[in-house]
Amino acid sequence: MRISVWGTLVTAIALLLAIPVFVIVFNLFVPAGEVWQHIYATVLGDYITNSLLLMLGVAIGSLLLGVTAAWLVSMTEFPGRKYFEWGLLLPMAIPAYIIAYTYTGMLDFAGPLQTSLREITGWDYGDYWFPEVRSLEGAAIMMTLVLYPYIYLLARAAFVSQSLCLLEVSRSLGNGPWRTFFTIALPLARPAVIAGLSLVLMETLADYGTVQYFGVSTFTTGIFRTWYGLDNAPAAAQLAAILLLFVLVLLTLERYSRQKARYYNASRRHHGQGRFRLEGWNKLAAFLICFFMLVFGFLLPASQLAIWAMDTAVEVVDAEFFLLVLHSLELAASAAIFALVIALILGYGRRLNPTPLVKTAVRMASMGYAVPGTVIAVGVIIPLGYLDNALDSWMRNQFNYSTGLLFSGTIFALLFAYMVRFLAVSLHAVESGLERITPSMDEAASSMGCRPLSILGKIHIPMLKGSLLTGLLLVFVDVLKELPATLILRPFNFNTLAVKAYELASDERLADASSASLAIVLAGIVPIIILNRSISRHGERSLGQR
Amino acid sequence: MLNSNVWLKNCVLMVITVIITGIVSDEANSAQDIKYSKPDTSEVNIYSARKEALIKPLLDKFTEQTGVKVNLVTGKADALLKRLTSEGMNSPADILLTTDAGRLHRAKVAGVTQKIQSKKLESAIPSRYRDPEGHWVGLSLRLRPILYVKDKVDPAEISSYEDLADPKWKGRICIRSSGNIYNQSLVASMIAANGEAATEQWAKGFVGNFARAPKGGDRDQIKAAAAGQCDIAIANTYYLAGMLKSSEQSQVTAAQKIAVFWPNQKTRGAHVNVSGAVLIRSSKNRDNAIELLEFLAGEKAQQWYAETNSEFPARENVAVSEMLKAWGEFKADPLILSRLGELNTKAVMLMDRVGWK
Repeated sequence: MRISVWGTLVTAIALLLAIPVFVIVFNLFVPAGEVWQHIYATVLGDYITNSLLLMLGVAIGSLLLGVTAAWLVSMTEFPGRKYFEWGLLLPMAIPAYIIAYTYTGMLDFAGPLQTSLREITGWDYGDYWFPEVRSLEGAAIMMTLVLYPYIYLLARAAFVSQSLCLLEVSRSLGNGPWRTFFTIALPLARPAVIAGLSLVLMETLADYGTVQYFGVSTFTTGIFRTWYGLDNAPAAAQLAAILLLFVLVLLTLERYSRQKARYYNASRRHHGQGRFRLEGWNKLAAFLICFFMLVFGFLLPASQLAIWAMDTAVEVVDAEFFLLVLHSLELAASAAIFALVIALILGYGRRLNPTPLVKTAVRMASMGYAVPGTVIAVGVIIPLGYLDNALDSWMRNQFNYSTGLLFSGTIFALLFAYMVRFLAVSLHAVESGLERITPSMDEAASSMGCRPLSILGKIHIPMLKGSLLTGLLLVFVDVLKELPATLILRPFNFNTLAVKAYELASDERLADASSASLAIVLAGIVPIIILNRSISRHGERSLGQR
Repeated sequence: MLNSNVWLKNCVLMVITVIITGIVSDEANSAQDIKYSKPDTSEVNIYSARKEALIKPLLDKFTEQTGVKVNLVTGKADALLKRLTSEGMNSPADILLTTDAGRLHRAKVAGVTQKIQSKKLESAIPSRYRDPEGHWVGLSLRLRPILYVKDKVDPAEISSYEDLADPKWKGRICIRSSGNIYNQSLVASMIAANGEAATEQWAKGFVGNFARAPKGGDRDQIKAAAAGQCDIAIANTYYLAGMLKSSEQSQVTAAQKIAVFWPNQKTRGAHVNVSGAVLIRSSKNRDNAIELLEFLAGEKAQQWYAETNSEFPARENVAVSEMLKAWGEFKADPLILSRLGELNTKAVMLMDRVGWK
């Protein structure tokens, strides 16, 4: 009985959040006419190939960067390590389309670098080769630069919380750092790494700003083209449904790989022996790897933004600008808290009651992450408008009173869309945290008569603190950067930093957009630093508790 | 535990009842004319696909003059239209401002508009920039001519859009992707003038002449031309004007290398589109909304609107800025603009077929 209440609650919440996705999938059954033949014959191949190649590139890039950085920073000692620890998280604060605009501004044919190259050498167009930023490869690099922190973050939390006993055993048996890494640490961290990777890939699939600016045709640009250009909403929704299929495959792969390897830490002793101390070339290499990641992922684009902002801030920053900052922070904070509470309910409910129905429902609820914001927004607009109008006419019939629109065009609609879009982030954090808690804890507590709610409150939440904070702050930063859903769903006279930055940037006024962009980055840095502190302290604190 | 189950059941039942009665009564409601609660006489609500920075100052002026408060949401045109249709008769919006004849036409087809009854508007804005049935009105003109690099191209070389398919332009043309509505409208206007088969033939040659795969926005095409990557760029004039007025020196220098050529002057004229407005069918502040539209079509507002956006006024005989004057007099394509909306899908499919990315 107890269990079925949790099951019902979880299923109900999950289904509610899955409504927008269902609205999209429902379009699969609406005939789209001959447009499909046209799409199939001309552009579909491009969409699929480019989306897959982009995912592949971003996956390889962000795995390499994210895992390497996490290992170096959490397990070895080299100069500057303390600064890199949080510095390497900073790129996360930059929206992908902003970094894309900035690098294009610097590296494009007409940009300052190539122009001065031409001036110095006297070359002309076609006389020399220069990598093209605005290409498929370029898009993969841009996204890698801002998305690898997801893997870095989760992998580092996993490395730090790993029982050092295992690593010590490995080292006492004569294994060097490399061997220990590949045979012990990496397999142990796999659930976290894969959770990070699936977030990265879903972000990649959902990106519109970057690929659109770079002229790379992917599923997202295809959806917009079909919807806007061909004026065929059903066909666009059908493309979106195919995109969802990609996501479903991704999520299933992730589950599968996690199920195959499940490790629990019986011992929670940490950092007995300390870090591997790097010497000589290794020390230099570790430093340079982290240094270049920081420079290209953050310092360079942020300085470019700062340079632009210095020229334009006088005109752009006024009293209204601070209102934007306030709106953005309020929205991001409330969305993050809601998402965390919901994720905790879903994650825990699923642990208590892992029936196929509950599992499927939870998976449905996290699919929104890979769907472009505009598509989510439409999925939110349609059912809310319907509900509002139905309520209104019911009230009028029964009580002769018109309620008008209760939900549409309110902050509620916006928050609902954020939940649909970003629940996956907090859910991943909660679930990967829960998975590291051995079920024998639950069993012990329940054998002593604890009920699920008090097990959650007394045992899981305290042990999950790190993961919960991670989920909270990740959603905060994500909402801060979110654009398309905010743009369409927000109430009258309500703007955010991202909206402001976009309006100016899409008008090709990059310099004017820089103040708002920079403010997004700065507002994102604070939570990122908090996040970092909690991860690095996590190990020591549990040691102290022992 | 039992309690919570009963409660849940009741909730579900209630929701279902609401939805079903909603479905049943929906039909009846739209037929009869319902009096809505408290139409506020001192407001007007706008959904706008025009960026806030471009219209807010003018709206503030309107409030100053009339005391009518203007509420604003900006967003992408098609998404705002979706919001309008799903909000239905309860939508708070009075006006939709958007930037393309195709979109204005689409709003009308979606059934969210009503006829704008205003003699003032009819006399202020020429009829080809208005919907034949009065459902939308153009407020500014956006021209998409051929831009060329002054010291590389002799303007005598250029004549028309059609001529750009000629092999002499091989590797010399920069233009953005076909996903962009400006290009879609341009191709739609060519289908209207020359027919679909001829336009497809033309597009094949034209795409073959591109200097690079399409990328970036209109300003990027101008910059690429100025930097030497191509000799000709197709872009809307207000982007060039925006660069000339930019606070970044590099943009100004680039723009100064570029000149405007008005194509097709011996035939139909240069391609023109509008930004404009529709009056929402469920508008609860209709008088205020019409007053605002008349204000926007007024001589002063037209001049100011055109000047801040570097677009051309839709109203005739309104003075334009020195910068726009310097580009010379031109003849614009007299096509009835709702045709652009009707031909848009054909244009996109055509561009897909010829491989215009």
